[in-house]
Amino acid sequence: MAELHGESPLAARAETLAGSSVPGAVQLSEVAFTAQITLRVDPKSPAAERIGTAVGTMLPNQPGQVARTEQLQILWMGPDEWLLVGPEGSAGRIQATLAEALGEDHGSVVDVSGNRTIVEVTGPRSRELLAKGCALDLHRRSFTSDQCAQTLLARAGVVVLCRDADEPSFWILVRASFARYLADWLADAAAEYRDRTRQAASVRTLANGSDR
Amino acid sequence: MTGEYRLAEGGRINRDRPVRFRFDGHEYEGFDGDTLASALLANGVHQVGTSIRYGRPRGIASAGPEEPNALVQIEEPFPEPMLTATTVALHDGLVASSLPGQGRLATDPDPARYDAINAHCDVLVVGAGPAGLAAALSAARSGARVIIADSDTEFGGSLLGSDEELDHAPAGRWIDRVTAELRATPEVTVLPRTTVFGCYDDNYLVAVEHRGEDTFTRQRTWHVRAREVVLATGSHERPLVFPGNDRPGTMLAGSARTYVHRYGVLPGHRAVAFTTNDSAYAAAVDLHDAGVEIAAVVDVRPVATTLWTARCVERGIQILTNCAVTGTSGTDRVSGAQISPVPSGDSAPTVASELDCDLLLVSGGWNPAVHLHSQARGTVRYSEEICALVPDRATRGVRTVGAAAGTFTTGECLRTGSEAGSAAARATGFDADPAEVPSSPSGPVTPPQPTWLLPGLSADSDHDQFVDLARDATVADVRKAVGAGMSSVEHIKRFTTIGTAHDQGKTSGLLSSGVIAELLGVEVAQVGATTFRPPYAPVAFAALAGRDRGDLYDPIRVTAMHDWHLAQQCPFENVGQWKRPWYYPRPGEDMDSAVLRECHAVRTGVGMQDVSTLGKIDVQGPDAAEFLDLVYTNKMSTLKVGRIRYGLMCHADGMVFDDGTVMRTDEHRYLISTTSGGAAGVLEWLEDWLQTEWPHLRVHLTSVTEHWATIALAGPRSRDVLARVTSDIDLAADAFPFMSWTDGTVAGRAARVCRISFSGELAFEINVPWWHGREVWDALYEAGSDLDITPYGTETMHVLRAEKGFPIVGQDTDGTVTPHDLGMSWAVSKKKDDFLGMRSFSRADTVRSDRKHLVGLLPPADSAVVPEGTQLVELSELPEPPVPMLGHITSSYRSAALDRPFALALVKSGRDRIGQTVYGHVGDRLVPVEITEPVFYDKEGNRRDG
Repeated sequence: MAELHGESPLAARAETLAGSSVPGAVQLSEVAFTAQITLRVDPKSPAAERIGTAVGTMLPNQPGQVARTEQLQILWMGPDEWLLVGPEGSAGRIQATLAEALGEDHGSVVDVSGNRTIVEVTGPRSRELLAKGCALDLHRRSFTSDQCAQTLLARAGVVVLCRDADEPSFWILVRASFARYLADWLADAAAEYRDRTRQAASVRTLANGSDR
Repeated sequence: MTGEYRLAEGGRINRDRPVRFRFDGHEYEGFDGDTLASALLANGVHQVGTSIRYGRPRGIASAGPEEPNALVQIEEPFPEPMLTATTVALHDGLVASSLPGQGRLATDPDPARYDAINAHCDVLVVGAGPAGLAAALSAARSGARVIIADSDTEFGGSLLGSDEELDHAPAGRWIDRVTAELRATPEVTVLPRTTVFGCYDDNYLVAVEHRGEDTFTRQRTWHVRAREVVLATGSHERPLVFPGNDRPGTMLAGSARTYVHRYGVLPGHRAVAFTTNDSAYAAAVDLHDAGVEIAAVVDVRPVATTLWTARCVERGIQILTNCAVTGTSGTDRVSGAQISPVPSGDSAPTVASELDCDLLLVSGGWNPAVHLHSQARGTVRYSEEICALVPDRATRGVRTVGAAAGTFTTGECLRTGSEAGSAAARATGFDADPAEVPSSPSGPVTPPQPTWLLPGLSADSDHDQFVDLARDATVADVRKAVGAGMSSVEHIKRFTTIGTAHDQGKTSGLLSSGVIAELLGVEVAQVGATTFRPPYAPVAFAALAGRDRGDLYDPIRVTAMHDWHLAQQCPFENVGQWKRPWYYPRPGEDMDSAVLRECHAVRTGVGMQDVSTLGKIDVQGPDAAEFLDLVYTNKMSTLKVGRIRYGLMCHADGMVFDDGTVMRTDEHRYLISTTSGGAAGVLEWLEDWLQTEWPHLRVHLTSVTEHWATIALAGPRSRDVLARVTSDIDLAADAFPFMSWTDGTVAGRAARVCRISFSGELAFEINVPWWHGREVWDALYEAGSDLDITPYGTETMHVLRAEKGFPIVGQDTDGTVTPHDLGMSWAVSKKKDDFLGMRSFSRADTVRSDRKHLVGLLPPADSAVVPEGTQLVELSELPEPPVPMLGHITSSYRSAALDRPFALALVKSGRDRIGQTVYGHVGDRLVPVEITEPVFYDKEGNRRDG
């Protein structure tokens, strides 16, 4: 096998995302090829406990809670559903770990790595940018670091993950087929920051050149 | 620029920034800070149009959003219809014209940008007058998240239109200080020029922000979810009903005061003030002090209040108590007012005098702006004290303060606002004390005298007494409605159209209730008022649409191979939100010839299609087999690992709702496919049953649609092509039989390969993770190049499957078709105890013999394709209507393999009619078609193994 991966869903929008990034406002980029595994298991079962031990952290049991290990982020997606996000190439390993811990008990482990890609949104204007299409309250008082939510961003179903509430950083997990739409929407929503930068620059020029 | 109507100084306009504009073809000049209305008045222009029904001249009647008359059409910078001159901020290059009622939409797309944003807060304060500012300040100081919004370009509300002092200094200082503090508080969002126009359940409010003509986004719609809401929306002055009350130059008294104080504009030179309360006195005094001659204050009350009498006497202003204005004169502008003593009883009034004037100030009291309170389903009651509707019971988390609550003194507005702001913040868990408020000298306000209809006027004058200026509705109209027997204000509103114009009755609503009450001889409280509905003020559709337009109108879903399709310049078919290649025309080909070529290639060589859009659901658990037996009509538990079965799903009514394949990947695991458009609906359907009806079943469903990119390779040479890119899969027919799957390597990538055929030909479906899709597609295309491998689209797929009689759910079915109707009884198990739809198969309606069956149709070999949707009839000549219909054509194509047109149709008792000829009604012709079996090609199925 040649290189591990082929073409990510947003490879064709890399320039769009980079071009929409505005220093001091927002940065947009794709985090491609992560391993993503959906786990379904009864949270009160011994199997859930064994899985917790195997992955190195208990499965989060609060809505929208995210647990982290060195390698993994474990997103609470429902009362008996989690999404495990790991580094590129680790899908097989994660599945094996989960399957072994699950043993013969009822539960399911499904590789969904190709199902969604991730758009990383960082910068001081991140929340405002997302608020243009997301009805959830993303304020740091209500949506803190290591919290996630399944919601709509514009018209695409997404998982929003707050990676850092202080230095705003979000991951938007989006279905591969919707990724370009979402990238285009984000670029459009971020356009005002670029425009603002341009205007600020022209105002400065004006200020320097006149007695205003 | 000072003229005879612009004061030399004063007002909040920026005199260093003159603004040029055009109105009705004339050039004018105003100042930055003016509205179009104030700039017109400064140029002596009162009349801004004619009325919608009677073409009567109409002028600027107010200074705010309650304006019933001054509708204008904006021509430049961009055509916009029906804005009120009183709310259009003056800006350079503005071109506007007067408008008799209806506006004109632009024919060109609007170049401005409109967008939307969601916002959340602990306390939303609507209105930034004294009450709103005090409320926001109290809440903000507690650290709560606060949003304060006001329609106006600057904060201050009623204080902007007066010369009031707070803490013995001009009120402007306090406004500026509070606004600055709010702006500097981190968790506070300050939104001037923002109209909150709708208040919905659970404190969801919608506002539109007018960001200005030179900004990146012209208007932004705010979707606000607030835990607590403080409504400080102020009040609107009410006009009076009297003959000739629509003549330009007639203006609400408080508005005239606003023009003087805020804009430095004199709305006239000689005024008569007609009032039922004190506030017109304030206007008369202020206008006098600004240089307007006050001919008289005409007060319907028998006695004027001492304070105002004294102030008028000081200035030599004549007060005529117990008098009314009973007529006006003038052509395009008021030139005189007829004054009569208020008659007692039914005796007709006698005109005592006529006073010359070019301005007639009116005040009938003040209506609290209870719109948002009422939209939130708060109740209102009629207050005898202030002769207006006030909030009664509020919905949870909504507080109304200030003039909107019927509180009319500045001091009380400040105090109650401050308290409401702190109470709202406390309700959200913040430790908030009411902010200290400045002292205000304003004294008590005496109640108005209720005045709806002047007594004793002749019925002739009814036509001249306007209740709703925007709708040109008069007392005569109301009298007609009452005379016809109507007593409900809702009925009369609809009959007279009062309150239905752009202003939604801000000045006319309660006025009409008062008039109705007088005509019916009942109390105003009994009549009540009509329902307040959003929007509070008109909103442009463009603002509501926001960025949901063009390519962003709806998501466009694409597959991993989309760019390849784009490079072929193929037209796309919309399947749900998916874009699917329709056909791949070569140079010079039209659709028909491209599809014939593609069909021929699949039947004789090899074709390939992107089928990634098919829905895919992973089904796992010890009870997965039992579950699938319940949701499919056929049996899936008997399927062996490694094999695939076609399955039909029905709703409980027994009608086909989706179809696809079921692949058993393990003892307790299946991968099922759905139609492209049905994927989400099927998953929801299955989860619904699993979670609500069969929670005991241990099954988990996971959507994996986009994890896989899927390529169909079809045609007698497909095995040859696949063999070139795989070494670890034995492709021989016996080793890899029809309807089985295997894992292997295709073009160097891990793949799951299935032997499924939707064309009847030897075919494979190759599934690889999304991000390998394009690469494997390219490899297959390359591998088949010497065999002229032919990419094909949905149209060819449709033709090929129709030749085999395979139905497409949603095209050959419409929710009224059972598996039996489709001739697919073989896919309905008779061995299962239960499955969705089973019971419905024994209903009388589903077992009757004359149901519509899916059959084949053959038009004459040399004829054209009969259009889909064509109705089928029995006879070669149409009888008299009603003509009995036998059914209709559901799919119709030209077949490359048969070299003739063919079709599928749903026909009554179709299977019993095989061999018969029926007629398709095409335009004005009847085309004979022969009913056949639905399978046209390779009936024996010999081709599927190649």
